[in-house]
Amino acid sequence: MGGHLSYEEGKKVVLKGLILLGIVTLLEVFVALLGKGYIVEGFHLPVWLMYLAMIGMSLYKAYFIVYEFMHMRYEVPGLVKSVLLPTVLLIWAVIAFFYEGSTWRNWRQKAKDRPVTLSNAAPTSEHNPHEASSAMMKDSIHSMPADSTTSHDHEHGHEHNHGEEHH
Amino acid sequence: MATDHSVHAQGHQQGGLWDGAKEPFKASYGKLMMWYFLLSDAFTFAGFLIAYGTLRFSSATWPVPDFVFSSLPGGIHHKPLIFVTIMTFVLIASSVTMVRAVQEGHRNNRKGIVFWMALTIVGGLAFLGCQAWEWTTLMGGEHMTIKQNPFGTHTESGVYLDGDGHDIKAGDSFKAGQSYLIHKHDGHWAPLKYKTETGEVKTQQMGPKAFGALFFFITGFHGFHVFSGVVFLTIIMFNVWSGIYVKRNNGNEMVEKIGLYWHFVDLVWVFVFLVFYLL
Repeated sequence: MGGHLSYEEGKKVVLKGLILLGIVTLLEVFVALLGKGYIVEGFHLPVWLMYLAMIGMSLYKAYFIVYEFMHMRYEVPGLVKSVLLPTVLLIWAVIAFFYEGSTWRNWRQKAKDRPVTLSNAAPTSEHNPHEASSAMMKDSIHSMPADSTTSHDHEHGHEHNHGEEHH
Repeated sequence: MATDHSVHAQGHQQGGLWDGAKEPFKASYGKLMMWYFLLSDAFTFAGFLIAYGTLRFSSATWPVPDFVFSSLPGGIHHKPLIFVTIMTFVLIASSVTMVRAVQEGHRNNRKGIVFWMALTIVGGLAFLGCQAWEWTTLMGGEHMTIKQNPFGTHTESGVYLDGDGHDIKAGDSFKAGQSYLIHKHDGHWAPLKYKTETGEVKTQQMGPKAFGALFFFITGFHGFHVFSGVVFLTIIMFNVWSGIYVKRNNGNEMVEKIGLYWHFVDLVWVFVFLVFYLL
């Protein structure tokens, strides 16, 4: 909007943006590959450091795109707040849902580790072996197994079921 | 700038909501609404990415991106993340040319706008082409679909028992956390057998199913945004060419609005790139 960069200054920002975004992207890929041991044999970065670096760089790219390319820098404070404040809610959503996700994993692990009581599981396993025993909780996401396309989570469940059928 | 007079130039009714003494936030109706549309779109994308993160956190294993995305056109394999880096550059470059188009718009330089918009469209099409190739490789070559994910991860170290003459020979060893791809032979999945360090014989399992659905849905939704952007860019480019925006005398605001949208598409890719390919 009103009274910001001249045409020549604007052109400079464009060139700066191209170089900056390009370099930051290369750095991100470099950190990803370095951290996982692709560049220096046997060298790994701590996962938290890699994630912090990559998330930080992505947020910087996002800031640059919004403030320079989308000219948010030159809008009035009211507009800036009305657009950016709602996105702050998303940060909470990300934390809350990721926390929830790891809780689900812990539950699945608990269900998997629970000893199978044969007397309870035997009657149901005759009708549908997939629904028997400890498979109840951990299948909520990956849906039902079909022939060989089972996921990791089904592995133990099947072994138990086969055992029961022989009894 | 010229945009301040846009509302009057577009002939809004006297006494309409946007026809007071001041424009809210000193922005025209169209531009402000574009910002709020993009905000709502950001929430939609955030919802998808949160779903991705939650399911990933809830799974015991997850396909490693630098194993899954490691092919290049021309039969090149095992070059992690290179192709998607090229895709990202293409999109950044097309965002930069769009900034130039908006700048030329402020000067009412019709030739300049059309030139830079045309380059932006080429960038968008190139990105879509890259994505088409990536999807074709994943679906046609590696048989990943929204329901099947042949990319698995070893949870324990061990040794393969017998190879099938493809990538892996009998006796090849692997470590926990290493990824593998289950191949298809004659229309059937051919998972390999392996022996763990404790001596148990096991068969490779398919990876978490949600991965395929999330990947195709989220990158597809983004790709659809790129496609829509290319369509609108093309329409607006022809309108610029025809000279109708010059008559409106508002500094080619339409170019500015599609510019906002186009940068947003680039912005979303920053995060899709982060969560799908980098983390």
